[in-house]
Amino acid sequence: MSAITETPILVELPVLRITPPSRWWTIPFSELWEYRELLYFFVWRDIKIRYKQTAIGAAWAVLQPFLTMVVFTVIFGKFANIGSDGLPYEIFYYSALLPWMYFAAALQNATNTVVENQRLITKVYFPRLVLPLSSVLSGLVDFGVSFLLFIAMMVYYRVRPTAAILWFPAFLLLAILTALGVGLWLSALNAIYRDVRYVLPFLVQFWLFASPVIYSSSRVPAKWRWLYGLNPMAGVIEGCRWSLTGRGRPPAGPVFVSLGAVIAVLLGGVAFFQKLETTVADVV
Amino acid sequence: MSKVVIKAESLGKRYRVGERERYLALRDVLAGFVRAPLRRNGRRRSKDYLWALRDVSLDVEQGEVVGLIGRNGAGKTTLLKILSRITRPTEGYAEIHGRVGSLLEVGTGFHPELTGRENVYLSGAILGMRKSEINRKFDEIVSFAGVERFIDTPLKHFSTGMQMRLAFAVAAHLEPEILLVDEVLAVGDTEFQKKCLGKMQDVSKSGRTIVFVSHQMNQIRRLCERLLWIDAGRIQQSGPAGEVIAAYEAATMKGAQEHHGVAGSPIFLGWELGDAGNILKDGSKEITLNFIISPKEAVRRGHFGLTIRNGEGVAVGGWGFDDLSLEAGVHQLHFTLPYLPLRPGTYTIICSLFNGGNNLTGGKMLEHWNAVPFLAVDTLPLSHQQDAWAGILNIAANLEISTHNRDRKDVRAQAGMIEAESKFDST
Repeated sequence: MSAITETPILVELPVLRITPPSRWWTIPFSELWEYRELLYFFVWRDIKIRYKQTAIGAAWAVLQPFLTMVVFTVIFGKFANIGSDGLPYEIFYYSALLPWMYFAAALQNATNTVVENQRLITKVYFPRLVLPLSSVLSGLVDFGVSFLLFIAMMVYYRVRPTAAILWFPAFLLLAILTALGVGLWLSALNAIYRDVRYVLPFLVQFWLFASPVIYSSSRVPAKWRWLYGLNPMAGVIEGCRWSLTGRGRPPAGPVFVSLGAVIAVLLGGVAFFQKLETTVADVV
Repeated sequence: MSKVVIKAESLGKRYRVGERERYLALRDVLAGFVRAPLRRNGRRRSKDYLWALRDVSLDVEQGEVVGLIGRNGAGKTTLLKILSRITRPTEGYAEIHGRVGSLLEVGTGFHPELTGRENVYLSGAILGMRKSEINRKFDEIVSFAGVERFIDTPLKHFSTGMQMRLAFAVAAHLEPEILLVDEVLAVGDTEFQKKCLGKMQDVSKSGRTIVFVSHQMNQIRRLCERLLWIDAGRIQQSGPAGEVIAAYEAATMKGAQEHHGVAGSPIFLGWELGDAGNILKDGSKEITLNFIISPKEAVRRGHFGLTIRNGEGVAVGGWGFDDLSLEAGVHQLHFTLPYLPLRPGTYTIICSLFNGGNNLTGGKMLEHWNAVPFLAVDTLPLSHQQDAWAGILNIAANLEISTHNRDRKDVRAQAGMIEAESKFDST
């Protein structure tokens, strides 16, 4: 090891040490920061490409949640008459579909991102975390577009937002972190087992039923609420609905449980993804 | 003293056989669990693993251009991938001082749906350029590629050649301190290749370090001072470019010639080039080849023939000497040429000794011999840059242009150049 000290060190140049993968993992914040422009370009590319060669382009970002909302309103609202906590069904469903659609699309993108970019991964180095991160962030544009329709609906149905809306960014952040955490797991798993992409549609469907999109979480027995909060999307959706419409009480308990669950999923996801990262160029 | 910018210490990379280029399906894992009990005693056998790279240590100094040569699959690309952090080593470590740019492929990150302009930014960012840097160099990149008119057209409407040119133009404008390049110059038309080669030379002159993989020895000779020859994952030889190329080509040729079974000879005992071993350093001066021979019988009216062949087996020169008289015993033959202007490369010398005349006058061939090891010519390349046009001779040439004021028709009429008209126009 004395060889290292003999090497003249260039003070002005950054020194990089390439070693076999260690068993420890860290979140490479400084490296991610260094690659922030690449992150920006990946997000920009995803957005640019998403609606290329479609006839109506970004209108899909509005149509998808809108049509789903119409179907839910007619079937679950009017026919099945599931309660909506006193909100118009349209608002009740759309306010939940906003985060849910974002989440489902982000999972879809994140799952495929490592596999789709395998050529890049085997030819260039960059922190691989940039990939799932960018696929989760690029969905925010669609989210923004569909949010505009929500504002119009609020005006139309005369639902006046309250001070609770100040909490909305926090719930949106929670949604992003949830999508990122789960996306990390799925993208890494999909790189190893391509089965994941076939499992994903079922996963998203079951998750929809396990989250308070179609129904209100007030239907869940109070003593099981905390357990229900282990599903991070329960906290996110309930939180979004509450902060956007101002109806009901803040879902504080489940949200804290959700927050804990998100942090656990996220840290586990980063660790798992990083473990994969060291070998991904050999595996994909 | 120069500074070491890349330092590698016993790097090794092990792959599980079958792991590369392949992904697992869940059923394989399940099948693995079922089969596991059969394998339980003893760990995985060593033949399940393959060392793509083993025990590779190297120092590259700032401003050096180092070439990697070797057969396909020898581990050159694996080494580049480790140094560029695409894959991690299994053992050993490397230290890199400075920003690294790697070009393992031309057009990395290009997307067919995006326009040329968008792709320049995307690819530039992926290769490690800052946005401000791309802004600054954008016009230069586009004009280097020669695609100004199409820059706002989606890439999928570009011809393959245009895509390649644009891709390389982006890559050529990278300015990292260390550039790792894997055989990407083999793109585009010859005109563009020349431009790229020039660009690479500019880069190396500006003090940046380049590690470069290529199979084109002419390119390597032009660009690299030092070479590493990698074979079966290990460094076979490292040193000045000419020497390593000579050894590499000799080894490649040896493999091809062993079939002829000419090694080991009772009469021809060896040869040397003046006192310089078997490497010719300057083809413009007088050279002497000394052959040691030991005929078992007296030779009368003998014939000594000698032919020099290049790597492709083409005879580049041959000489014959008749009426030799030699007694049995050890002799040295001193064969002198005033100059030997051969292109750099590896050559073989084929000699023969006849007794009682030559092959046409009824002589008897005593022995036919391929000089081993080979004659390596390590001179400055002076002929055409491309192997295909350089030929065999290595002679410095000069081109001058004089311009006539009269119009072309008069000049042609005067010089009798009417016949050459079409040729004149096509160039």
